[in-house]
Amino acid sequence: MGNKEQVQLINQNGLRVDGRRLDELRPIKLEVGVLNKADGSAYIEHGRNKILAAVFGPREAHPKHIALADRAVVRCRYHMAPFSTDERKSPAPSRRELELSKVIRESLEPSIMSEYFPRSTIDLFIEVLQADAGTRCAGITAASLALADAGIPLRELVAGCAAGKIDGKVVLDLSDVEDKKGDADLPVAYMPKSNSIGLLQMDGSMTEEELKQALDMAINACRTIYEMQRDALRQKYHIERDESEREEIEEVKA
Amino acid sequence: MADVVGNKVIVMPVKGAYIPRIDDIVLGRVTDIGMSGWQVDIYAPYPAMLPASETPMHGRDSVRRDLRSIYGGGDLMIAQVIEFDRTRDPLLTTKGRGLGKVTSGRVARINNTKIPRIIGKKGSMITMLKKETGTDIIPGQNGVILVTGRNPDQELIAVEAIYMIEREAHTTGLTERVKAMILERMKGITVGQ
Amino acid sequence: MSATHQPSPVAKLEQKTVRDLILKGKRIDDRGLLDYRPLTIMLGTVEKANGSAQVYLGKTRILAGVKIQTGTPFEDTPNEGILTVNAEFVPLAYPTFEAGPPGEDSIELARVVDRGIRESKAIDLGKMCIEPGKKVFVIFVDVYVLDHDGNLIDAAGMAALGALISAKMHAFEVKGGEIKYKDTKIPLPMQNYPVPITSVKLDGSVVIDPCLEEEQVMSCRLTVTTDKSGNICAMQKGGLGVFTPEEIKQIVSSSVNKSRELREKILSKVN
Repeated sequence: MGNKEQVQLINQNGLRVDGRRLDELRPIKLEVGVLNKADGSAYIEHGRNKILAAVFGPREAHPKHIALADRAVVRCRYHMAPFSTDERKSPAPSRRELELSKVIRESLEPSIMSEYFPRSTIDLFIEVLQADAGTRCAGITAASLALADAGIPLRELVAGCAAGKIDGKVVLDLSDVEDKKGDADLPVAYMPKSNSIGLLQMDGSMTEEELKQALDMAINACRTIYEMQRDALRQKYHIERDESEREEIEEVKA
Repeated sequence: MADVVGNKVIVMPVKGAYIPRIDDIVLGRVTDIGMSGWQVDIYAPYPAMLPASETPMHGRDSVRRDLRSIYGGGDLMIAQVIEFDRTRDPLLTTKGRGLGKVTSGRVARINNTKIPRIIGKKGSMITMLKKETGTDIIPGQNGVILVTGRNPDQELIAVEAIYMIEREAHTTGLTERVKAMILERMKGITVGQ
Repeated sequence: MSATHQPSPVAKLEQKTVRDLILKGKRIDDRGLLDYRPLTIMLGTVEKANGSAQVYLGKTRILAGVKIQTGTPFEDTPNEGILTVNAEFVPLAYPTFEAGPPGEDSIELARVVDRGIRESKAIDLGKMCIEPGKKVFVIFVDVYVLDHDGNLIDAAGMAALGALISAKMHAFEVKGGEIKYKDTKIPLPMQNYPVPITSVKLDGSVVIDPCLEEEQVMSCRLTVTTDKSGNICAMQKGGLGVFTPEEIKQIVSSSVNKSRELREKILSKVN
């Protein structure tokens, strides 16, 4: 949370600067399988965030000594393009990007059945092309789809969304100005089927009550985003079949 | 595709990495030559090893042969997986009919999960491809396919047909459409038999 | 790139012991599930620094030093001093700590400690301005891990807080854009006292202040930093495991409670 000059983030009608209600998500667009050379990929637009995620693997571990005997090593790089933010960002990885690479990996790794590929690596790349707050959550949403697109066995998809507090009120999915001028930010990554939280961070100031409210709000939004992820996968792998071809395909697989 | 099975959610790969199985026929490329064998890239998460003892040349004569004279770096081969488990890298052999160095032809690389579609029900698809293009086609279980014909144009048509099958694997009436595409393209070339 | 960590060198037998005991509701060092290890804080060990504090939390040992220098302010906060927190996992602290640029663990620790101090507005940075837009005080907090026996974040947060609370700088006067130091010493303008509380999830149980063996067996951890009013100013989940929302809420409650006890302890040291 940075500079806090007095700016009204919620107007008298209870609407936010971009016209949203307190509990409204920004528009989200998802696309799976957008890159040619990566084993799996996905693209997300979440509000004005534009993020590309790609997966290579499972592939041979290089150097060999990083390999684990009983499971795949998952590697993750979160990076922001220099032109992605208001002020040009130096291409060299910042401490923030290093921290985010870690927490993002720790949110996706629990969903990957890495025991299936011992002694190999699964490499995840998240490139933020345009940033408008909530990039780590949107990045996780896209990366999870990229993992599915690569055919890597997953326990389930992971959806990400942040909640926060602006002008003293708990709100969902902060935009950039709300993050900069607001009171608190709470990014969350969630897996609905197993009711598990893989990423949880917070900065700002909130009472225990506000925190619990914000957490519930973010989790609900993650459920919605999860359904969008499943739709995006279904669209990509939509299968047209009539009964005769179906038999042929089934037999061929045997 | 993600699906709920009981209380587990499983994502079934509509495409996925090639995990070797014993007895698989694969096409691979030599990436390194060691003391007693070759390291072979079989386009899997694990590099494969072809020991010199698993080549037909080995032990033929008492003179120690330079491994390089059998396979050099970058050489392509058809091999069979003889060993593989979670604790070590796959082991190959080229002792066997039809196995060994590839010296001619074209290679198509598709996702290994589509190989059954290339073969087709009771081999129907691959038989059609071979007949209509006049080429010999060897599909590796690892998604690498070797096409050999007398005529490079025929080989090219066969390769195009293979990529078409990969793209449209999930659709109906594919065999007929591929056959039609091949016949159309074959009109333009002189066929060598 | 962040990569899955290599397994720790702690023996399998110790790991098994931790797990077996936890199933019986006990811990390897006989503590209660919500008990902290013995905590000792020593202030002013490094006289050349403006402030310093050495924390012993069980066998974990961390030294934090505060240096106050001058610098140019950030463009978007021309009237505020600058806070910067850095952490070093010194190689002598643990067999696998290597010399070199900070790894992701030390960067994470520094940023979590920083968040606690910054978001709670522990230091009134507005009082650290010398000449608006041109010159401000820069407060460097350097966390030096000397011996790693688990829960570095809490020990670091407490050491940083101790060093800041006990720091002294020369009283100063700004005349015509020039800073003039006086002989008397004044403390930093502190107005809040953030304390991080870390809990880990182990085979379904939650324990506070993990020792090293517990950290290496844990599923995941949650750090909750609370300020003097009981408001939460920072949180960080770490590790490859997951929490349910109910577990999170419970941990937040017990952390808010626990932080009061620890804050009192730290503040009593200064006075």
